[in-house]
Amino acid sequence: MKFGVVRFPGTCDDFDARDAALRVDGAQAVLLWHGDHSLQDVDAVIVPGGFSYGDYLRVGAIARFAPVMSEVIEFARQGGTVLGICNGFQILCEAGLLPGALLPNTGRRFIFRQVDLDVVRADTRFTSAVPAGQTSLSIPIKHTTGRYYAPEDQLDAMEANGQVLLRYAPGQNPNGSLRDIAGVTNEAGNVFGLMPHPEHAVDPLTGSVDGLTLFTSMAQAVANV
Amino acid sequence: MKARVLIRPKAGILDPQGVAVEQALPALGFSGISEVRVGRMVELEIEDESQLDALCQKLLANTLIEDYEVVSVS
Repeated sequence: MKFGVVRFPGTCDDFDARDAALRVDGAQAVLLWHGDHSLQDVDAVIVPGGFSYGDYLRVGAIARFAPVMSEVIEFARQGGTVLGICNGFQILCEAGLLPGALLPNTGRRFIFRQVDLDVVRADTRFTSAVPAGQTSLSIPIKHTTGRYYAPEDQLDAMEANGQVLLRYAPGQNPNGSLRDIAGVTNEAGNVFGLMPHPEHAVDPLTGSVDGLTLFTSMAQAVANV
Repeated sequence: MKARVLIRPKAGILDPQGVAVEQALPALGFSGISEVRVGRMVELEIEDESQLDALCQKLLANTLIEDYEVVSVS
């Protein structure tokens, strides 16, 4: 199992994402440079958090045109497993790989805190390793532009299609996301984006290892193909 | 020629920046101001203005959440 972590100018969570992926048994992880047209034969792609290209114009707007993104888009179209975290989520939305968009937090502030996430579905390639009986994950968020938005009819369709995998626990919606949505997949279920940072919740030292389940799930999915 | 494009949050979408500006105004002695919305303006030099629409849709605006308007070409 080989993870690839995309790195743009301004990415800041690339090493944490790589190190989190490396905690999965038997996994390798490499960094993928934004200017390259190669995914180095990875089995799954992670688009990590940060401030790609300074987030000028709109969050994620310029990063979607990076050379490596055309490879990621093709990889996703062929059913490849792609995870977008925070800025990576914003980029995947801008690239049209995920529905919706991320808007500035309702409260206008940068928010950095641990949140509880309700696991809406544990039968996907991103959540299958969540232990049976565990219905929530404790994972930190840190963002200014994390308010998930999609038109109401699109949200209805996404929910009917089982594309909402994670929600902020009742009363904990930090940013005004519609329907408390914290993470969604594309229609096919092979691309997943979330605002919380699973890569920052992989060591007991920092309070929670719940984030690791997402990386483990991805590795299991790749192994089962 | 020089083009100016105005990009603004779509009607109905909460604009926290506009709210912040609106809430600051009474403290400065202004009253009777509401519905403040903050967008952005992009100025550019363009040789072929027929490209404007496409470039707005592809990059300058995210049409899911923003409206754009070419306000002048001169």
